[in-house]
Amino acid sequence: MKYAARLINLRKHYQLGDHEVQALRGVSLDIPEGDFLAIMGSSGSGKSTMLNLLGALDRPTSGQYLLRDRDVSEMTDDELSEARNSLIGFIFQSFNLIQQYTVLENIEVPLLYRSGTTSISAADRQKCLLLADRVGLTERLDHRPFQLSGGQQQRVAIARALVNDPTIILADEPTGNLDSATGEEIMRILTELHDEGRTIIMVTHEADVAANANRQIIMKDGVIASEGILPGNKRVRA
Amino acid sequence: MRLFRTIQLAFKSLLLHKLRSGLTMLGIVFGVFSVIAMLAIGEGASQQAQQQVLSLGATNIIIRSVKPPDDPAASQSSSGGRGGSVQRYGLTRADYKILEETIPNLTGSGLVPVRELNLEARRLGQVTSSRIVGCTADYLEMNHLAIAAGRFISDRDNFDMANTAVLAYGTAMSLFPIDNPIGQSIQIKGRAYRVVGVTQERTASAAVGGSLSGQDFNKDIYIPLSTLQSLLNSGDVFSRILPGSFSAESVIYNQITLQVSSIDVVERTAEVVRETLERTHDKKNDYDVVVPLELLRQAEQLRNIFNIVLGSVAGISLLVGGIGIMNIMLATVTERTREIGIRRALGARQRDIVNQFITETIALSGTGGLIGMAMGLSTPYVFAGGKWILKEFILDSSAAGSEMGKMFLGMEPVIAVWSLPVAFGFSVVTGLVFGVYPARAAAKLDPIEALRHT
Repeated sequence: MKYAARLINLRKHYQLGDHEVQALRGVSLDIPEGDFLAIMGSSGSGKSTMLNLLGALDRPTSGQYLLRDRDVSEMTDDELSEARNSLIGFIFQSFNLIQQYTVLENIEVPLLYRSGTTSISAADRQKCLLLADRVGLTERLDHRPFQLSGGQQQRVAIARALVNDPTIILADEPTGNLDSATGEEIMRILTELHDEGRTIIMVTHEADVAANANRQIIMKDGVIASEGILPGNKRVRA
Repeated sequence: MRLFRTIQLAFKSLLLHKLRSGLTMLGIVFGVFSVIAMLAIGEGASQQAQQQVLSLGATNIIIRSVKPPDDPAASQSSSGGRGGSVQRYGLTRADYKILEETIPNLTGSGLVPVRELNLEARRLGQVTSSRIVGCTADYLEMNHLAIAAGRFISDRDNFDMANTAVLAYGTAMSLFPIDNPIGQSIQIKGRAYRVVGVTQERTASAAVGGSLSGQDFNKDIYIPLSTLQSLLNSGDVFSRILPGSFSAESVIYNQITLQVSSIDVVERTAEVVRETLERTHDKKNDYDVVVPLELLRQAEQLRNIFNIVLGSVAGISLLVGGIGIMNIMLATVTERTREIGIRRALGARQRDIVNQFITETIALSGTGGLIGMAMGLSTPYVFAGGKWILKEFILDSSAAGSEMGKMFLGMEPVIAVWSLPVAFGFSVVTGLVFGVYPARAAAKLDPIEALRHT
């Protein structure tokens, strides 16, 4: 089986004043390509730390994190940036669009930081337009984030996450700031992406949102407390 | 292409806060503007000084008679209690002779002696007070005067002690407001003179230091030196009766101008002249040697000092502008922490963040520099406008004639071409220097913390 990401006995300790906080205490997890994984857990469970490590925003204290074939654990800051740019697509709870940019410019941002390429080609532009069309924003390419609804903003973020064809899509509470109808809409897009074969890791504390995934893990006290298919799971991948 | 995009996006970010960006830019705008304006004023002043000095003739050495300060011992001995005194001072025929015989390197014109008197000239009903200049034919060329009509005083006139006169433009206008002066006669101290020529108008030269105060060539009347000397009572004594006192002074020549063959020997020759006169005048301070070339050198030195002082004052305002920019950029970094976090999450390296913020700072200061440059270019027009307003509305003629008024009205700023790229370059460098710290502060932010920032 090909893995999109593998976590091998991952530990993360923080120094907080005098005492050490063990945020992750040995997590091992295999994420095969095409997986749709939901990470659940209450606050303080190590969920956020896990997300930061998965997103290559941070390095583990010990253990290994393999993203595709690359070991993220020992990367320099620049290499981490490159990994985030080319291997990970972020979707945040609060959308995190750049306020002074238009929809199209926001979708293009990851292209600005590609290594090797110096400019945005016509093909790149075409791709951005296709992605905007895909999330239904063709009519609003010139709009700025404050002119969009929350759902529209999140769709821009999804298009942005896809622009560099990442290995994994990392969604942090993607529906947390949306009403349930809009949230369902966003979940539908994510499910479609999953159906296309993309690997999605989603952090959420809502069971019915997590139910969209085909696999759930529950974090507790820095370890994976339970793993499996929750009751009410609608989709099981063959 | 990428650079272009970066700059474009930088402007986008700046335009997000138009008022703030504009206000921040003002510091640089005025910094650059004042650098260019200050240097333009300095350049204008130095060009004026150069022109004035050069109009005196770079190859000339001018010796002027100076009335020595009233020395009580001297005045007592000469007055002798007879109710009047004759003060003798200045350049003499002996001086002329010894200079003519001993000074090397002189040109054909050699020495030109001049005697000046301030007298009234009359013609029919018109009266004007003029400077009567007794001179020789070479005077015209040495003082860079030009003839508008007729001819100048000739050697023949001097030989004949002819009663001929050449009028300066101003004098001609006041004595002959309507008709042609050539061939007509004017009266000076009861004697009639035939007008043979008129010189072209010439702006007054300002004082250039030493004893050579400002000269207004426009109120002159030129007559042969020999004629003037014959006019004076008892040879060289010119007497004047003032209320309650009688004074007379005896001066042979007011000025002797020497013209040397080339600029290279001016200073050496001037040294010889000084030594010679020191011996013949026995250290009496009744003459002064003015060397225009030396004045030119002094003027250039003065300009350099002027430029350095004005430039540094303007430079300080640029510095202050730069600090203002840094301040705002630091605030911007704090305010945009979230954006920095987003960019880092999307793959921006620290280097990319540094580039982004430095580009924004330079875009800000560079735009300010361009605006300042445009304002700087308008300096001469602003000055012209200011002078016009001053003359028309604010000052009456007496106030305009005051020292301050004269100084301002006399300013003719000239844009120093080199100051434009230099000032603009400084504005860009300011952006670079003061942008580095905020940009590094932005890049050093932890992406996780930055993303969590609200």
